Amino acid sequence: MFPKDSYDVVVVGGGPSGSTSARYAARNGADVLLVEKRQEIGSPVRCGEGVSMEIFKHVDIKPDSSWLVNQVTGARIFGPSGKFILIDAKNAGDEVGAVIERDNFDKYLATEAAREGAEIATKTSVVSFLRDGGEVCGVRIRRMGEERDIAAKLVIGADGFESQVARWAGFNTNLKTRDTTSNLQYRMTNLDLDPRFTDFYIGSVAPGGYVWIFPKSRDVANVGIGLLLSKIRGPSEAKDYLDEFIASDPRFKNASIMETVSGGVSVSAPLDKVTADRIMLVGDAARMIDPLTGGGISNGVIAGKVCGEVAAEAVKAGDFSDGFLQRYEKGWRELLEEKLYRDYMAKEKLVSLDDEALDKLIEAMSAVPLENLSTKEILGAIRKKYPELVKEFEDLI
Amino acid sequence: MIELNDDKCMHCGACVGACPANAIYLNEVILDFNDDCTDCGLCVKACPVGALTLIRTRGLKVPAVTA
Ligand SMILES: Cc1cc2nc3c(=O)[nH]c(=O)nc-3n(C[C@H](O)[C@H](O)[C@H](O)COP(=O)(O)OP(=O)(O)OC[C@H]3O[C@@H](n4cnc5c(N)ncnc54)[C@H](O)[C@@H]3O)c2cc1C
Ligand code: SF4
Ligand code: SF4
Repeated sequence: MFPKDSYDVVVVGGGPSGSTSARYAARNGADVLLVEKRQEIGSPVRCGEGVSMEIFKHVDIKPDSSWLVNQVTGARIFGPSGKFILIDAKNAGDEVGAVIERDNFDKYLATEAAREGAEIATKTSVVSFLRDGGEVCGVRIRRMGEERDIAAKLVIGADGFESQVARWAGFNTNLKTRDTTSNLQYRMTNLDLDPRFTDFYIGSVAPGGYVWIFPKSRDVANVGIGLLLSKIRGPSEAKDYLDEFIASDPRFKNASIMETVSGGVSVSAPLDKVTADRIMLVGDAARMIDPLTGGGISNGVIAGKVCGEVAAEAVKAGDFSDGFLQRYEKGWRELLEEKLYRDYMAKEKLVSLDDEALDKLIEAMSAVPLENLSTKEILGAIRKKYPELVKEFEDLI
Repeated sequence: MIELNDDKCMHCGACVGACPANAIYLNEVILDFNDDCTDCGLCVKACPVGALTLIRTRGLKVPAVTA
């Protein structure tokens, strides 16, 4: 099955954002090709696999036991001293809710796209744009040693952290070191964990980031770390810090590593603009990752739905101009932008705190009754005890 | 100039996304470097496993990355 020569929409990247965009574009009548350079959708996994249950409210995704393997009840955030606060799944951010199998989840989303009529090409790379005059009119693909030109009215860049589409289209996606993280994770087995909780460790165990433990069951979990580039001094620090954390925790004494996962995650404010004539960016490619948690699955899927719907509208209207595509800008920003900015501010403050201040924060927060654990309540409690700490966060309230 | 240790590389693209000059492309499991590298060293910091090393080729130069 080789793709045709021409489509309405070519989606570059078969991750959650790309598959969801393809799905909703196809559902609404567009002729769609989804191109994925890896030989298998969803594999190898490049993710901690924690996702909030929120996404099920926005997008038509039916929880399926092939990928929803553990629904947690809360997240524990450990300060440097070992004290922790427990955040109920309902009140927590992107990372709490469920632990999934990303390889199966991504395949599920791609299957939904295929069911709506999108064609999928795996082990196929998009290597450049085709242009007619200055205007983008398709993509060049490479597949099994062969190059082909595919005409497209619209190109959706869902090509992840490493996005080339954005750069080819002239977007400035360069990240500051304070907005980029270096991540490493082990999928570990033979553990003895409490699978009801995801655990987060903040402070100098993970400069500018955190260590996570996302359990899939009592004995299997993703154990990973993210470090802010601006705090990294030399090579391989993500690995060094993670190995040190694991060596220091008795829960890992008898554990083995089944898989190693690495990757880059942006923790930036969102781009000012993610559309151009005939181009839309979505997901990690558009820097839509939550800057506080580093979680990007939900946002990519939520924005992907809007992106796909607008793509189909553009096809119907025969208008692929940047002006028309503002419907997408407006739609996704309404759903995500405010939280992205709020979390960006919170991240900026948090990374400036030392271990002592973080411990005070955790201590003050642990005084708030669980059911009241909203940001406002938390800040109120901290203000009572450590007014000087809250000053830092005041503008977030 | 950047040197890659193939033994360590996870093909994850963290270096690609971090490179301000777009001098790296991840070809599924092969990293291609082009001539646009400015020796900024960001990819070295971004690489979680230490697979990249910056080899200075432009004579005396103040290390570009201090942040
Ligand atoms: C270690 C780690 C842990 C993480 N943990 C979590 C977590 O627990 N929860 C969470 O929500 N998020 C997490 N994230 C972030 C999450 O993985 C991403 O936000 C999510 O995958 C974004 O989806 P996407 O579809 O935008 O991009 P991706 O999933 O990255 O998909 C992009 C796809 O495009 C393909 N592609 C790229 N270039 C081309 C090309 N030229 N031609 C064809 N195909 C191309 C790639 O092969 C890839 O499959 C983590 C990330 C890392 C690195
Ligand atoms: S040193 Fe800088 S410019 Fe060169 S490849 Fe690495 S990140 Fe890119
Ligand atoms: S960041 Fe390191 S491990 Fe990942 S692709 Fe680049 S060199 Fe390889």
